[in-house]
Amino acid sequence: MPKFEINVNGVSKNVDVAEDTPLLWVLRDHLDLAGTKYGCGIAQCGACTVHLDGKAVRSCSLPIASIAEQKITTIEGLSEKGDHPVQLAWKEVDVPQCGYCQAGQIMTASAFLDHNPNPTSDEIKTAMHGNICRCAAYTRIHRAVEIAATKIG
Amino acid sequence: MSTSSITFNRRAFIRTSSLASGGLLIGFNLFTACKPKAQPPVDISQLNFNDFNAFIKIADNGAVTIFSPNPEIGQGVKTAMPMLIAEELDVAWKNVYVQQGILDTENYSRQLAGGSQSIRLGWEPLRQTGATARQMLVNAAAAKWGVDPSECTTSEGVITNSKGETLGYGEVVREAAVLKVPENVTLKDPKHFKIIGTDAPNVDIDKIITGKPLFGLDYKVEGMVYACVLRPPAFGKILNSYDDAKAKAMPGVLDIIRIGEKAKELAKEGVGNWTVVMGKSDKVVVIAKTTWEAMKAKEAISATWVDDSAMESTEFQDNQLLGLLDGKEFKTLRKDGDIDKAFSQADKILERTYESPFLPHNCMEPMNFFANITDEKIHLVGPVQTPEYAATAVAGMLGRDVKDVHLEMTRMGGGFGRRLYADFVYEVAEIANAIKKPVKLVFSREDDMTAGTYRPAIKYRIKAAIKDGQVTAYHLKEAAIDENMYGLIPNFFPAGAIENYQVDVANYKSNITTGAWRAPYTNFLAFAEQSFFDELAETMEVDRIKLRLDLLDKVKGTVDERIEYSPERMQNVIKVAVDKSGWGKKPEGVFQGFAAYYCHNSHVAEVADVEVEHGLPVVKKITCVVDCGIVVNPLGAINQIEGGVIDGVGHAMYGDLSFMDGKPQSQNYDKYRLIRMGEIPVVESHLIQNDLAPTGLGEPTLPPAGAAVANALKAATGNRFTQQPFSKFPELMKVPTKPLIG
Repeated sequence: MPKFEINVNGVSKNVDVAEDTPLLWVLRDHLDLAGTKYGCGIAQCGACTVHLDGKAVRSCSLPIASIAEQKITTIEGLSEKGDHPVQLAWKEVDVPQCGYCQAGQIMTASAFLDHNPNPTSDEIKTAMHGNICRCAAYTRIHRAVEIAATKIG
Repeated sequence: MSTSSITFNRRAFIRTSSLASGGLLIGFNLFTACKPKAQPPVDISQLNFNDFNAFIKIADNGAVTIFSPNPEIGQGVKTAMPMLIAEELDVAWKNVYVQQGILDTENYSRQLAGGSQSIRLGWEPLRQTGATARQMLVNAAAAKWGVDPSECTTSEGVITNSKGETLGYGEVVREAAVLKVPENVTLKDPKHFKIIGTDAPNVDIDKIITGKPLFGLDYKVEGMVYACVLRPPAFGKILNSYDDAKAKAMPGVLDIIRIGEKAKELAKEGVGNWTVVMGKSDKVVVIAKTTWEAMKAKEAISATWVDDSAMESTEFQDNQLLGLLDGKEFKTLRKDGDIDKAFSQADKILERTYESPFLPHNCMEPMNFFANITDEKIHLVGPVQTPEYAATAVAGMLGRDVKDVHLEMTRMGGGFGRRLYADFVYEVAEIANAIKKPVKLVFSREDDMTAGTYRPAIKYRIKAAIKDGQVTAYHLKEAAIDENMYGLIPNFFPAGAIENYQVDVANYKSNITTGAWRAPYTNFLAFAEQSFFDELAETMEVDRIKLRLDLLDKVKGTVDERIEYSPERMQNVIKVAVDKSGWGKKPEGVFQGFAAYYCHNSHVAEVADVEVEHGLPVVKKITCVVDCGIVVNPLGAINQIEGGVIDGVGHAMYGDLSFMDGKPQSQNYDKYRLIRMGEIPVVESHLIQNDLAPTGLGEPTLPPAGAAVANALKAATGNRFTQQPFSKFPELMKVPTKPLIG
């Protein structure tokens, strides 16, 4: 099987996997970074969202062979001490119910706010529309993104 | 009503012990304590710590750890239940650590399944446990000082005597450990609660926001392999043959095996078709080094299937259910007066039929489970809401002693009723037993959606008689699949309010596996009933709120013990909802819909506000008023209310799983629509403040949401939605160009 060198959370990692292996499963099964979640496998739910060179991407639909030098950031690497403004806002609002989708929500929100630190309410809704929360904790997700924006902006 | 409704024998479930490391360990059996009718063991002296499943540890430095066995599926009980203990123990919440299931006892397998009843059932015993522990610490301190325990007070983990001397809990744990468990302890007056009623964040919040492994899918041990299962493509088909040559040659594939014998035996023994999804068929299992390799190899297996039983389509199910409603074969669950006579004398009769589709649960974390089976031990780890049941069934299936089973629970990525069914535990046990390796069974999303234990399609027909401006008869008929409504549901509103009242039910058996789904039966019955009451008010030309309040008046003072809803509490939530939602006072362009419902011992009223945007009605806001008694953790409670309301709106609007020749027509989120951020209404929550014992909150805000929306859509469009999901009827969503009157 081909070998790939990828940069995850600032660390270079070597993995030996089939070239069509989605980044999601490389993270979870090979690198033991289980914070990135499997939800649908077809880029519809957003549970697997990570950053690729700072942009939010769906790791379940991203073959390892397509990554090359791009830098990967997962929920485990978003901040050193869990104190990224988005994480702090999530804690302040006490967003989660079951909590399963939240890593993906946080990764989508943090990439969005990097690009748009002063969003309107509607812009937040549009940005977060791709991430499903089956517990429907959407009201708090929305509020937490607003609060995170005030911490960043 | 008192705040205490459950009696139990305290001595039967509390034992104490000193710890070798210093400190006091108090063990208690949550499972027994929370079962209202559970019998304590005859011989208490036979109990040992393996009979307990929840513990309070007070270290000699005063640190308090509560080991909670209760699984977290998202309703917040892992936070709220320890709050009850901490309140009566009288410690500061910030000094309490909550841990789940990490105490290493061999028989740590008796966890309590979650659900809307956890707090209601745990209310008394959990506080009693905390109060007992507190009393033992006070008794120990009093003995040390040579004073009477009644002279001592406690606050935040410190005991103070009448001279003002103090001792921390940690300083008396050694002495307390050898004292007798006190028989009589006094619980706090709710007025003096310091923890109950205050906001406590989710105890796992730090782990969730940093992506720590918490869930079943995250569990991993050295040498673990992964299993993906090929199941029949349609309900009614069974495996004929398969060719795995291509799959076997794929990278990472370790083995391909056929399972099913054990599950079939289990089904034959009458464990029930709902426990073994597609249990009649053998299944093909890929064992691989990684999840992806197992998933991919599964796709490479070519299998042939044969027809074994009927392959149902949605059209067939609809016809069956309508046939049942039109027929005469009913079981009568409640009968008051004489409905036939009342209908024959009526001035007007209103009859409507309400129809719902199948719904999958769609937990965000797909079904999965870990098993490692050796001659010594059956080790099971994962997310399941019925651990005791699963452990017993697995032991039975494998012909092993249940004492060999060690079942650990993980946090669950949603439950909604799906994880009450342990089919995935049986599957992984059969696989692990065959391969003798630690193995994780993983459902793909497609597996999860197509091998479900669905909320079945259900239809209600409601008929009411009106005479002299009064509702004189109410006839509710239910046509369902596999099972009908149960328990006290036939005695919910308007039972007791209408003289001639009858509930009739009928069902047919399907080979599609069905089961409980968040707020079973009431999740759709509330829609039917509360839509019907709106139409009833329109037909009678009376105010829709007044109609409900007047009917509730008639239930006051009832001596019917089957009626457990409170007309006073229901009227109160209705009145508060009218007030808080600005009912009838909204500016032009805001269309409101009302619904009120009682279930899971809680009373809820909801008002939906719909506005027209780009020619289409949009649900902008839901005002939700809840009376669930004392609110243990308002921060968590509001989250449950908002989630339940939005879930109710979402499924009423979009939820739909149809079948064609036994095959589910949606397999993933590209075709199955769940509500998303851009579609949510604002939810304004109001909690009624009172001193009554807490009741369910995980479920009761969901059922009325669909009706509130349908009633508001009627106001906006003039069209009445009687079928879910509403999105299936775009022609009814059209808003008339001329404004509606009224």
